[in-house]
Amino acid sequence: MKHKVATTVNGHRHEHEVEPRLLLVHYLRDVVGLTGTHIGCDTSQCGACTILVDGKAVKSCTMFAVQAEGKKLTTIEGMAKDGELHPLQQAFWDEHGLQCGYCTPGFIMAAAYLLEQNPNPTEDEIRRGLEGNLCRCTGYVNIVKSVQAAAKTMGGARAKPAGQPAVTAGGE
Amino acid sequence: MAVTTMIGAKIHRREDPRLVSGEGRYVDDFTRPGMVFLAVVRSPFAHALVKSIDVTQATKAPGVVAVYTHKDFTKVLSGTMPVTPSFVAEKKQTPPRFPIAEKEVVYQGEPVAVVLAETKYQAADASNLIDVEYEQLPAVMDLDKALEAKSPKVHVDGPDNLGWDLTYIPDDPAVMKEAEVVIKERILQQRLAPTSMETRGVLAEYSKPDGTMTVWMSSQSPHFVRLFLGGAMGIPENRLRVISPDVGGGFGAKISPYSEDWLVPAAAKLSGRPVKWIESRTESLLTTTHGRGQEFEVEAGAKKDGTLVYIKATQYLDIGAYMGTFAAFQACACLLAGGAYNWKHVAARTVGVLTNRVPTDPYRGAGRPEATHLCERAIDLLAGALKMDPAEIRRKNFITAFPHTNHFGLVFDSGAYEKAMDMAMEIAGYEKLRKEQEEGRKKGKYIGIGMSSWIEICGFGPSAATAPATGGIALVESAQVRVFPTGSVAVYVGTHSHGQGHDTTFPQIVADTLGVPYDSIELRHGDTAEGPAFGYGTYGSRSLAVGGMAVHKASKKVVDKARKIAAHLFEAAEEDVAFDQGHFYIKGSPDKRKAFGEVAFASYGAGLPEGMEQGLEAVAYYDPSNFVWPFGTHIAVVEVDVQTGHVDLKRYIAVDDCGNIINPMIVDGQIHGGVAQGISQALYEEIIYDNESGQMRTGTFTDYLVPSANEFPKFELGRTITPSPTNELGVKGIGEAGTIASSAAIINAVCDALSPFGIKHVDMPASPDRVWKQIHEAHAGSNHGKEAHK
Repeated sequence: MKHKVATTVNGHRHEHEVEPRLLLVHYLRDVVGLTGTHIGCDTSQCGACTILVDGKAVKSCTMFAVQAEGKKLTTIEGMAKDGELHPLQQAFWDEHGLQCGYCTPGFIMAAAYLLEQNPNPTEDEIRRGLEGNLCRCTGYVNIVKSVQAAAKTMGGARAKPAGQPAVTAGGE
Repeated sequence: MAVTTMIGAKIHRREDPRLVSGEGRYVDDFTRPGMVFLAVVRSPFAHALVKSIDVTQATKAPGVVAVYTHKDFTKVLSGTMPVTPSFVAEKKQTPPRFPIAEKEVVYQGEPVAVVLAETKYQAADASNLIDVEYEQLPAVMDLDKALEAKSPKVHVDGPDNLGWDLTYIPDDPAVMKEAEVVIKERILQQRLAPTSMETRGVLAEYSKPDGTMTVWMSSQSPHFVRLFLGGAMGIPENRLRVISPDVGGGFGAKISPYSEDWLVPAAAKLSGRPVKWIESRTESLLTTTHGRGQEFEVEAGAKKDGTLVYIKATQYLDIGAYMGTFAAFQACACLLAGGAYNWKHVAARTVGVLTNRVPTDPYRGAGRPEATHLCERAIDLLAGALKMDPAEIRRKNFITAFPHTNHFGLVFDSGAYEKAMDMAMEIAGYEKLRKEQEEGRKKGKYIGIGMSSWIEICGFGPSAATAPATGGIALVESAQVRVFPTGSVAVYVGTHSHGQGHDTTFPQIVADTLGVPYDSIELRHGDTAEGPAFGYGTYGSRSLAVGGMAVHKASKKVVDKARKIAAHLFEAAEEDVAFDQGHFYIKGSPDKRKAFGEVAFASYGAGLPEGMEQGLEAVAYYDPSNFVWPFGTHIAVVEVDVQTGHVDLKRYIAVDDCGNIINPMIVDGQIHGGVAQGISQALYEEIIYDNESGQMRTGTFTDYLVPSANEFPKFELGRTITPSPTNELGVKGIGEAGTIASSAAIINAVCDALSPFGIKHVDMPASPDRVWKQIHEAHAGSNHGKEAHK
């Protein structure tokens, strides 16, 4: 038996009939068609599927789609505004905060919530705040740097929007 | 070459905007019209006979399109899965492997049936309705017992459980007698799950009218998949297209073809529907090849003054139930057992043992982390026995003259080992750390300082060395550089980038060679329908030293042709035409010049030199003259809580030398990730099976500890640059370096911290449980320990 579910995803309203057991991450990927939210484990450890549900970071593999009824969902596809990357997206690019990129959407969403809660986290707070997300490529060094850089930009973001990526030729 | 402007520059990655925006395209992001989902029914037992398979209920389940077992797949698949001869010539047995079991299952997770259904939920539901009757057999799990004559066998029809036994170099008793101090240790290399964040996945579509197959697959080497799969299915390469799109990490575990890489395309052909299978994390931990899984018996001797005399290593390698495609490659641990040092004698033997576990195969470093670990542990054990500082024994015995031919005939191309060690010690503040350690011990604070001076063979590899090892395919690399009439450039390569940043770094090389703007160059890879006929893939830190050189070589061929055209346009002799910064000019009159783009346009027009064909593009295959040999020294500082056995990693210093650098940002990133994986092995990760039942106990991330950001400190990096004389770019490789170096640095630090307890060796992972037990046992057995702990 299917159930009706109505959500707002990245500002757009969606209505579908879904199986009650359908996981929210499968709803986003297979029903709504937004594949930027990834799946990296079966047990809610890796955080690749992290999205915002009414502004709060949630691992979308631990929620059923029907539980998202009436909720506002934000996925990685909803982060850039007017063709401009979100400061976190920009910072991950600038600081080489990603390699294969598979965990990246989850990290950006988790970091967005972290910075919402704590706009000026220490390195230690960032490391602890992101321990629900796993990355296998970066050793987390540049992920931490990216979040620090984004915190700085967002602190001053009201005055200065994120710029274009640097192409710095000729040395480090 | 033109004056360098892009090589060596920190260019931000051009693949990132799509990846940070959720617009990456990984296998699971693709769908095809009419696509069905495949679920695999797997053996729950490590070893059993398959008595019967009843698919009646599953076939009737909602949404089910088909259920296939061994007998169905034999209609469209032939032969056995590939195993390279590799470096082990005296192989004793290679159990034949078909992608799906028929009468016997030999590891937990081996496929026995597949279900195709309209949705993934329906496929999963129906897979639970397949009734397989098994007769359980004893599982062979222990390496020592497996080799006993009375041991049960991994395959009931196999002769025994010995995969291979090869002595590379035997003992030299005369030399070994010269040693005045001898150490012996048994060193464990636990099984690890490579754990790319994206699991494996395959999507296949077959067109019956055209006889063409398209396969999307998360792979490090799509051309190899095409070669092997084409053979198994009887599809020629021109009708089989393998696309490896964005790939979420590989770490060596996405080189070899897997059962599902055969079963999914075969199911697409059998059913006439496009078929997708995405591996779950539990399937990944159970069935994706594991890394390491070895035990080493290590013996080493030195003179009283610290001069090294000999090292002897015997490798016992847990092959698993079948030989992985590149399993024997891991025996290269033996060839590097001597590490960065001069020894009078090096003896080595490798023994491959079959067990009822999933096969082992290359995982980041593949044989070289094991070599570093055994050698660097032996050096520290000797230093301990001689009461020498670990840095001094290294300094005294480093190889200093290059090229250096080691005992196995491998030629180290260049190195400056002492320089890297000195830099690492300076960054660490080594002398100060030793003082802090001494002070700490007085207060019951156990600080350990561990060093690892690593070397690496990479850049696989010269055809003469690799073709016999792979069964005929040389691990050279290909590239195609295509200049369009208006001057934009497309570069096709046979390597595959899944985090390494080739989309950025290879165009950096082309920009300098062609002297054209970086932004005018586009890199394409991962699609066997494009570019040169064959590509060899990304693994073994080879992409730059072999693939990058192919790119450079193809670019130079393009410049050579363009120069001929420019000379013709200038009405000058070719030798009078110079090329610099993207412009051709007549030597001595730099004002008379033609931009590369002008010459490109002319190349497609009329009035070319007599006999010259139109167009400006070139294919190059690069066959290196040698391997390349990066090196460095890492230093770890740990503090061990002797009450709980917890190891706190306080600092990690890495000084690495990978020759000339194309993009320093990407090099640092590779080191970060590699170091983290080696630390993970040293402290956290371990695949555990129950040795009685053969059941895996670490089948989810709740049991298999992949560390988070909270488990690591910041890494402190330094760099020396010793160009490689092996290739024109002077480059080596950096993809695996961090992993090769770091486990030894950590364990040496842990052992250093625990030396007051008389503890000489700690196996990996140095978990609180293991460390606490060793401290506890040392307490019980030694007064010295008690005193130290006061």
